[in-house]
Amino acid sequence: MTDVLAPAHPPPTGAPTRTRKGTRSRALGAVGLGLALTGALACSIAIGAKAIPLGVVRDALVAYDHALDDHVIVRELRVPRTALGLAVGAALGLAGAVMQGVTRNPLADPGLLGVSAGAALGVVTALSVFSVTAPLGFVWFAFAGAALAGAVVYGLGALGRGGATPVKLAIAGAAVSALLGSVTAAFLLLDTATLDQYRFWAVGSVAGRDPAVLVQLSPFLVAGAALALASARGLDGLALGDDVARALGQRVALVRAVAAASVVLLCGAATAAAGPILFVGLTVPHAARALTGPAHRWLLPYSAVMGAILLLLADVVGRVVVRPGELEVGIVIAFLSAPVFIAFVRRRRIAEL
Amino acid sequence: MSTATLDAPAAGLRARGRALVHRPPVAVRVGPCSTRLDVRAAVVSTVLAAVTVFGLAWSVSVGDYPIPLGDVFRQLAGLGGDTATAFVVETLRLPRALTGVLVGAAFGVSGQIFQRMVRNPLASPDILGVSSGAAAAAVFAVVVVSASSATVTRFALAGSLLTVVVIYLLAIRQGLSSYRLVLVGIGITAMLDAVVAYLLTRAEIYDAQRATLWLTGSLNGRSWEYVRPLCLALAVLVPVAIAASRSLRALELGDDCARALGVGVARAKLALSLAGAGLAAVATAAAGPVGFVALVAPQIARRLVGTRAPGLVPAGLVGAAIVVYADLAARRLFAPTELPVGVLTAMIGAPYLLWLLARANRIGVGG
Repeated sequence: MTDVLAPAHPPPTGAPTRTRKGTRSRALGAVGLGLALTGALACSIAIGAKAIPLGVVRDALVAYDHALDDHVIVRELRVPRTALGLAVGAALGLAGAVMQGVTRNPLADPGLLGVSAGAALGVVTALSVFSVTAPLGFVWFAFAGAALAGAVVYGLGALGRGGATPVKLAIAGAAVSALLGSVTAAFLLLDTATLDQYRFWAVGSVAGRDPAVLVQLSPFLVAGAALALASARGLDGLALGDDVARALGQRVALVRAVAAASVVLLCGAATAAAGPILFVGLTVPHAARALTGPAHRWLLPYSAVMGAILLLLADVVGRVVVRPGELEVGIVIAFLSAPVFIAFVRRRRIAEL
Repeated sequence: MSTATLDAPAAGLRARGRALVHRPPVAVRVGPCSTRLDVRAAVVSTVLAAVTVFGLAWSVSVGDYPIPLGDVFRQLAGLGGDTATAFVVETLRLPRALTGVLVGAAFGVSGQIFQRMVRNPLASPDILGVSSGAAAAAVFAVVVVSASSATVTRFALAGSLLTVVVIYLLAIRQGLSSYRLVLVGIGITAMLDAVVAYLLTRAEIYDAQRATLWLTGSLNGRSWEYVRPLCLALAVLVPVAIAASRSLRALELGDDCARALGVGVARAKLALSLAGAGLAAVATAAAGPVGFVALVAPQIARRLVGTRAPGLVPAGLVGAAIVVYADLAARRLFAPTELPVGVLTAMIGAPYLLWLLARANRIGVGG
């Protein structure tokens, strides 16, 4: 379906230079983002609640000695935490961009498919009904809840003529999310012990997660990313409206289903691992779109990288602002990026969908 | 639209499908005055009002001390009754039920204003930070100040109004673009939600539970002290909203088109969003963020009335009906345990909306 659009019409005269320039600036932007990501990764490994000299950090990475406490901290705590932050941030940024493309709605976040609400209900069910308290145990409940909710929302939104139109998806998603949210609230109000554990999951954090969580969820993340990137062309078509996309030879229903599946996989896995961190998926695509324009083959990778950078930096800030304590990344990310986001929204004309 | 209904084999389905096709409004002339009357909207509104009043009476009649419906109506009409009935009706149950009606109506009207103004079915007063501002202030009051519930209400009202003003000021830049308003709202809302999450994780579990109850939305123990300010606020804001809503039809065509049609876009939007945000703010302060009502009521009203843009009145009535019946269910479903109304509004509203959505899809009217 994606190669139908590939032989694009030869651009009219005068246009090629502009296109090439656009490509060059986007390529330069990609290099810049790559550097920023490397910097964020380095910060995340080097900076923490315990001050460890940079030399020792380097030694821990290249010449690991597990008798030294500092080495153990770097290798056993910071590296897995950084890897988790990278994966979660990239997944959320990517899922957000795909979701906004599928629904053609700037208000859409990955949670719109009911993923976050489903994951939350999964966690609460695990805690309350099955008395699962090990994080590795309720990860699967969260993921199952997210996947189930996503499937139900998509199924309801796709009923009837026209398939899953943006409006129907949005309404079905909002309705199912509210329904699941109220079941979650009922559990929490009737069961104090569950509330006591749930509130720490719901705040959103990448700290202290078992490294096995990421390993077990990585197949879903990889599959989701592959599906998302594969649907980039199709999403460009959808942006023109269903009728035009269909006239251009796109299989609209297929593109939408593939893209929605990728959102469920990416956002479901990320939420299961780190708790609900919605702001990344909502805002990163807007920032990325301002840099790349609306073409998804650029927008999607940019969103993924920017999501990862944002999450890693927010996590680092959370470790240093209230030393020796920590702020969870879900809290920091809102305070770090919301002012920037607002300034950004005020400063320039935002590329509308 | 109608071709799809002709294929339908069942006669009942055909009739239902035809009923969904909207007829133009009828002109009503009385002497020199004339107005356009949408017959279906008027019928739907009347039925909804009757359903709401019945729900109110039913809600007052049931409980640990059951009162026959007839006695309830007699008491409400001021025809007297014994003192015990009068006490239960007028002091205990009526204020709570009335709070529910008023809160639901406020949310419904407010949701309709925002969904039509922003032209987005996902828009609700929450985009102006009403519920997140109220939530942050209320949770602060519960967790840090350990305030009484009346103080929490005042905090919530102040928090939501302050947030609205901040978002509005941040979004104004050479006129008010709805798109920018929405995005600024998202940013501020995310920060306030983070405050709530932070306070909840740092709180004692008892306070966290009390805050969660407030965040779910509850009508428990609402007395006349809540009803009077709500009544006053609605009496002022609803007429303002209805007057301002005349320009909605033009605004829905886009800012440029509305301007060309002679609408003062900035002033119309200011009036609409202030009225809408004010309604949502007083409702949130009174009952907590029962926010789903604002999202779902306009959607249900739209499908009942059968136009793309029904007026504010049907949406308000749908909201009132949802909250009244949700509270009734919340009180009686697991009696003697009372659930907060916020748990039930979504459990009642969401399936109904989904059913309407699925039915409309099958018949072919679409979303």
